[in-house]
Amino acid sequence: MPLSKRIIPCLDVDNGRVVKGINFLGVKDAGDPVELAKKYSDQGADELVFLDITASKQDREIMKNIVKKVASVIDIPFTVGGGIKTLSDAREILLNGADKVSINTATVKNPQLVTDLMKIFGRQCIVVAIDVKRNFMVDKKQTSTSKVDKDYFFEVMIYGGSKGTRIDAIQWAKKVEELGAGEILLTSIDADGTKNGYDIELTNTICNSVRIPVIASGGCGSSQHMFEVFNRTDVDAVLAASIFHYDKLTLGKVKKYLAQKGIRTRL
Amino acid sequence: MAKIAIFDFGAGNLFNLHQSLLRNGAQNVDIIRSLKDLKKYNGLVLPGVGNFDSAISSMKKDEISLTTAINNGMPILGICLGLEMLFYRSEEGLLDGLKVLEGEVLMLPKKKVKVPHIGWNNLLIVKGESNLLKGIPQDSWVYFVHSYHIEPKDENLIVAVTDYGSKLPVVIERLNLFGTQFHPEKSGKVGAHIMKNFLKICEKNE
Repeated sequence: MPLSKRIIPCLDVDNGRVVKGINFLGVKDAGDPVELAKKYSDQGADELVFLDITASKQDREIMKNIVKKVASVIDIPFTVGGGIKTLSDAREILLNGADKVSINTATVKNPQLVTDLMKIFGRQCIVVAIDVKRNFMVDKKQTSTSKVDKDYFFEVMIYGGSKGTRIDAIQWAKKVEELGAGEILLTSIDADGTKNGYDIELTNTICNSVRIPVIASGGCGSSQHMFEVFNRTDVDAVLAASIFHYDKLTLGKVKKYLAQKGIRTRL
Repeated sequence: MAKIAIFDFGAGNLFNLHQSLLRNGAQNVDIIRSLKDLKKYNGLVLPGVGNFDSAISSMKKDEISLTTAINNGMPILGICLGLEMLFYRSEEGLLDGLKVLEGEVLMLPKKKVKVPHIGWNNLLIVKGESNLLKGIPQDSWVYFVHSYHIEPKDENLIVAVTDYGSKLPVVIERLNLFGTQFHPEKSGKVGAHIMKNFLKICEKNE
């Protein structure tokens, strides 16, 4: 029997509160991170991810306290990401009780950070987040890292998806695996926010390129979308934010649905 | 109520484990860096964070205290790396293990399965009369994060296995020695139940 597929609610934290961006209203308060963590954990979440979306110095202190509180009320694994730039940023989050840190832009700027973290804390606590967008500017048919035979390539984006790097995501995924990443959190910028489903092509491509677990993110609007990505790719876990907030869907319902469709979940 | 010591290899986060023991009924939990004063406690936990060689070196000087505690019947729970250390050697390191249990620690088969083994998997209980798994149903879900697995020489030690490429031994028990390859402190309600079982065993050692 293979592993169960993991369902991971993601909580965006801003200034100590969980927030949810809504297209026409801007950012809306969605609750207290510790209470929500407990609620999702009790409902059967397999893990949790907290993203510190502002990550200013002042918020860093608040985040540290939240991490500690969350760690004392839940007994499932949780990851903290957002603005982690250095070894000491990561160390602080891990020593306060997070099981894993997610690093993104900092990995591109300083790949050695992954290896340094692995040597101290072990591979299992390093999640490398890769934000990817299709880039159609391929006149030279060449990215900075590999040849491209389609009319686009999967480009690694940094600074929250706003800046391109010309790095090919497939090569980059292989590289971070080599550097010591334990998991890849793969976000499709093209799918993100659409609620039209996960990016199957991208997810498939990355899953086939590495031997470490991959978490799909971006585009989830329903349990059907989770089924699609589990059914059509080798992905290990899915991340979803908005569908769980405001009790639109509970984790129990999602997992039952997936189980009925033949996906192995922890019920 | 039980007084528990967690040995700190100096490698990372023990906060979760500490909280989990307190949540599940330990009276107090100390994080210790020397095994000299083990008599104060009813049980010892060897945690599951860090790397084999550095964990072994951090413990070498106290090896005799550990052996004495084991022989005196102190309940000991090794989690993940804390379990792996009890064997003779590991493919993760160059140093000898603590050689409390015969057998070795091998890398998971990279060609067959994704490594690390991260996520929730089922416990297949192969031995009924376990104290650590008392009341735990067959096929319960527990949370794994590891790249190496134990290969005990004595198969009678094995209480439960999990299926990941092959049947891996993931819970062992011999008298007062207990070990889990998964992380009970991260395994939801099932893990909490296992922690409570361990604490009950420790209480009997008062």
